[in-house]
Amino acid sequence: MRKVIVGNHAVSLGVKLARCEVISAYPITPQTQVVEMLSEMCATGELDARFIKVESEHSAMAACVGASAAGARAFTATSSHGLVYMHEMLHWAAGGRLPIVMANVNRALGPGWNIWVDQSDSLSQRDTGWIQLYCETNQDVLDTTILAFRLAESVDVPVMVVLDAFYLSHTAEPVIIPEQALVDRFLPQRAARHRLDTAAPRAYGALVRPEDYMEMRWDQQLATTRAQTAFDDITDEWARLTGRAYGATEAYRTRNAELLLVTSGTITSTAREVVDARRAAGERVGLIKVKMFRPFPSVALRALLRGVPRVAVLDRNVSPGHSGIFAEEIRAALYDVACGERPNVFGYVLGLGGRDVTPAVINEVIDRTRAGTVAEREDLWVGVKA
Amino acid sequence: MISDAVPRRELLDSGHLACPGCGAPLAMRLVLKELGEQTIVVLPACCWSIIAGPYPQSSLHVPLYHTAFATGAAVASGVRAALDARGDTETTVMVWAGDGGTFDIGLQALSGAAERNEDFLYVCYDNEAYMNTGIQRSSATPWGAWTTTTPAHEPQSTRKKDILAIMAAHRIPYAATASISHPVDLLMKVRRAKATRGTRFLHILSPCPPGWKYPDERTVDLARLAVHTRIFPLVEVENGVDWRFTADHPGDPIGPYVRAQGRFRHLDEAAIGRIQADVDARWEYLCRQVG
Repeated sequence: MRKVIVGNHAVSLGVKLARCEVISAYPITPQTQVVEMLSEMCATGELDARFIKVESEHSAMAACVGASAAGARAFTATSSHGLVYMHEMLHWAAGGRLPIVMANVNRALGPGWNIWVDQSDSLSQRDTGWIQLYCETNQDVLDTTILAFRLAESVDVPVMVVLDAFYLSHTAEPVIIPEQALVDRFLPQRAARHRLDTAAPRAYGALVRPEDYMEMRWDQQLATTRAQTAFDDITDEWARLTGRAYGATEAYRTRNAELLLVTSGTITSTAREVVDARRAAGERVGLIKVKMFRPFPSVALRALLRGVPRVAVLDRNVSPGHSGIFAEEIRAALYDVACGERPNVFGYVLGLGGRDVTPAVINEVIDRTRAGTVAEREDLWVGVKA
Repeated sequence: MISDAVPRRELLDSGHLACPGCGAPLAMRLVLKELGEQTIVVLPACCWSIIAGPYPQSSLHVPLYHTAFATGAAVASGVRAALDARGDTETTVMVWAGDGGTFDIGLQALSGAAERNEDFLYVCYDNEAYMNTGIQRSSATPWGAWTTTTPAHEPQSTRKKDILAIMAAHRIPYAATASISHPVDLLMKVRRAKATRGTRFLHILSPCPPGWKYPDERTVDLARLAVHTRIFPLVEVENGVDWRFTADHPGDPIGPYVRAQGRFRHLDEAAIGRIQADVDARWEYLCRQVG
């Protein structure tokens, strides 16, 4: 069935199709529609889930932790300040190996107050141990929400589904809604490997001494790394079932490219248009989309970018005092490429706090990248008023 | 008669890691005797994070989830929802938190859960300071007490927060105080709490030899003195409105209780008089509540 829906409702429908059992959330713009629709579904019985209307995001994630530890499939949604407020519990969820799924609508952090798109919220949670999947379209949002539960439960690592404020959250697009029976086959009820069980009482999260702590983190590292191949397998299966293919990365018109843009989120769609126009003009320009930020697809990106003279990374985020975060990660991934094949990486910081990234902006990025031989600094800011 | 009232089962093993004379394992032992095996414990950071034993051990024969300091009531809400979702409405979910995790950092989550009337039992074992981190003041620390952050020349300058009144104001089905010195009263309250649905709150005074600075063997004695002096009256409240005393409170002078503890050593007679006046005022308040 095809419906025209906003990205927030694509999340809600994905959660419903996943037959999520416990939802816990707190309102924040621009995420709120996600949980409004889920509240309605729970109230009418359309979704047989317990909805815990907590008093804060910290408690929202804590309630998901409790529900997941007790064996249920748990979900929350948030944005911006809500996400950073739950920071402590993101560590608890990931370190506790709890397959919680969360939707985060990318929104800038204050001060000053800003409700528009910016990736600094999710990227500032980089080291919490969550898998992060960035979305480009509302179809991507719905499918990724379902994929996220399957991925999380296959490796016991929580997954954050990330979508752009307003460009996805509040923009209506046609979306194919999968049949419930199809999703049920793809994603059966959660069967937790470990849970709070009075028939087999165990303590979880107790004091762990130096002689065991590292092994717990090592297991977490193995599982999170394994999420890359697990995601490949899961998306292959989804493609067979639905015809819609996803990957940790996507290459768009990269053949013989002299310059590759690297994007995430909705900037990708704009960049596709610009690449098409440049290709039509005979320029060897292409595009790499990064969907999976953690675990970082370093091997895939090395293969895609090796030997390309110039790479322009578009970051709608910044690590103050350093550079855009995708650019930083890509530079690190490319360090292992032999000198002669290592691209010059141009890292652009743009679109912060919802500043529009138009085709003109992306054309400027391409022109600046072509004009320089090497980037004069790690953070090339675009469109900053004098 | 008392032996009949106390279940024989032991769900707390010896070999736990409490300090000698600690009131907290006595409280846990009694509460679990009444709740039984079909209980899941949620444990935010507190002394019991250590007492329960390090990985891979546990001193309890029930499932235990250690969690972050502020999250006892929120995690328990999630556990309850998961059990309900899978059709288990019989297992009791219990939060076991210290005074820091209840009066201070966990109060927002607790208030939220109580307002939603989440179906769990919340037990606060109150040793009146952050004892696990080395005796720092909390909002449960009584006026005049020494702690490492309220030194003797500038001791605790505020009254102990009235957590029972705060919980009663949420109109939860059941809230009560209990003492390890009155085990049958404590067990009866746990029994009532177990049989009640919705948020249930139990506040247990838990004397602490290193934190209060008294000899190990006086723990139960001091808990009893706290009741007899009306420093820690034993009451229960139904739905926030129906208050009852559940023990005799002869109203002994507080002097022996205060003088037995090194944390009050610096107080002069005037200061002790001020504590007595506060105790008397709160007793009058409780008497008005009981009516």
